[in-house]
Amino acid sequence: MCLGVPGKVIEVNGNIATVDFWGVRRQVQLDVIDEPVAAGDYILNHVGFAIRRIPDSEIAETLALYEQLIKQAEQDDLMAEDVRNEIAGAKDDSRAGS
Amino acid sequence: MTHVPGAERDQAVSELKFRDPVRARGLVDALAQRVAELGRSPVSVMHVCGSHEQAIAKFGLRSTFPRGLNVIMGPGCPVCITDTPEVDEGVVLARQGIHIATYGDMVRVPGTSMSLADAQAEGAKIHVIYSAAQAVELARATTDEVVFFATGFETTAVATAAVVLGGLPPNLSILSAHKYIPPVMEIVAEMPQTKVEGFLAAGHAATITGSAVFEPFVARHHLPVVVAGFEPLDILAGLVKLVELIRDRTPQVVNMFPRCVTRDGNRRAQDQLWKVFRPTGGRWRGIAHVPNGNLRLRDEFAAIDARRRFPIDLASLWDHAPAALVQSCICGDIMAGLSAPTDCKLFGQECTPEKPVGACMVSSEGACKIWHQYGGHPDLGGEA
Repeated sequence: MCLGVPGKVIEVNGNIATVDFWGVRRQVQLDVIDEPVAAGDYILNHVGFAIRRIPDSEIAETLALYEQLIKQAEQDDLMAEDVRNEIAGAKDDSRAGS
Repeated sequence: MTHVPGAERDQAVSELKFRDPVRARGLVDALAQRVAELGRSPVSVMHVCGSHEQAIAKFGLRSTFPRGLNVIMGPGCPVCITDTPEVDEGVVLARQGIHIATYGDMVRVPGTSMSLADAQAEGAKIHVIYSAAQAVELARATTDEVVFFATGFETTAVATAAVVLGGLPPNLSILSAHKYIPPVMEIVAEMPQTKVEGFLAAGHAATITGSAVFEPFVARHHLPVVVAGFEPLDILAGLVKLVELIRDRTPQVVNMFPRCVTRDGNRRAQDQLWKVFRPTGGRWRGIAHVPNGNLRLRDEFAAIDARRRFPIDLASLWDHAPAALVQSCICGDIMAGLSAPTDCKLFGQECTPEKPVGACMVSSEGACKIWHQYGGHPDLGGEA
């Protein structure tokens, strides 16, 4: 529960952003983040809430760990599992319209 | 020998899957040099984050640490430090027929006589959620009473605060077992047996609180705090800086994770957090009473406080003595940095991830589970 996960904002609808996490689209709450967020921005998601807009110059560096985790996602890997749970913390975007 | 010999270390580095092996080798060498410059050993530093321990174990970082540097995991696992009576409160509510929504690992954490999973096996309605927002959805989908058993540090407490301020459905209330990290660092620093000379603070919690939250601690205890990220290179760089500060006797807060953390942190999130919660003293499992270490709902939110909405009689659970095995669990000493998981005679024997005795073996952020998962005793360089 310590590790946030970065994702790319696809669109913003009021208090909710649709965010892409390595091809998985999720809805993330914008109640907590302290800056305006727009499509194309990267945010750090923690248990379904965006907690920070990642500055443009820091995006590549921020994604690195997760790239490594997701590429080598062995079974039973605790860290990769926590990252998957973090992504699951955001609401499934396919349910959004229903 | 004050550090791992060069060839051995080089091999350790080459076996690791570093994104940038050249930079990794540079940092590993720098760390060995800084520790050697101290002219004494061992030096012990503590991190307070399950994700840091995961990264250290997963990437085999301990094998690159110089001999004479002990990197200890402190009370950084939110599931582990949730105290037995708090689990009991959830169990008692569940056995009254109330729906309980909580984060996954909490379900298996032992209470006095049973866990939420045990209650579920007897028919209680337990729901695993990933986000506070899912507790709201769950309550909207039913007319039954739902309690969100809210656990975790400031990062998850902020999410709880946000849903509270957003307005809860009338059938949803909050059982807060949220904890706040800075006060427990004071407890560890004040333990007479403690050997901890500096702290590595968790990057994403500091994203919320800002690095400035540690400044009063440094002023009081004259121990350095370095905020670090979760990449193997972030952790190595954080440790190099921390040992430098110890060597130079210049205790201060240094933010080595500026891509996520600022000095002030996320002010909006802090406003929400403190509007909903007040700090109060309480026990952390196995450690101590921690003044201001627990987050409870403020009086303005009494109407949605599960502790006020429902009678919670814990006495019914206390007729049963805790299992004998539980009494030999040393989770508390491990989280205080006084013992390592492998010092526990239950580790990997009676206590495994499949059949955990203590909370540290339940959670993916618990030191025991992490060490067990990544291969027993990963500390190759820790002996003085």
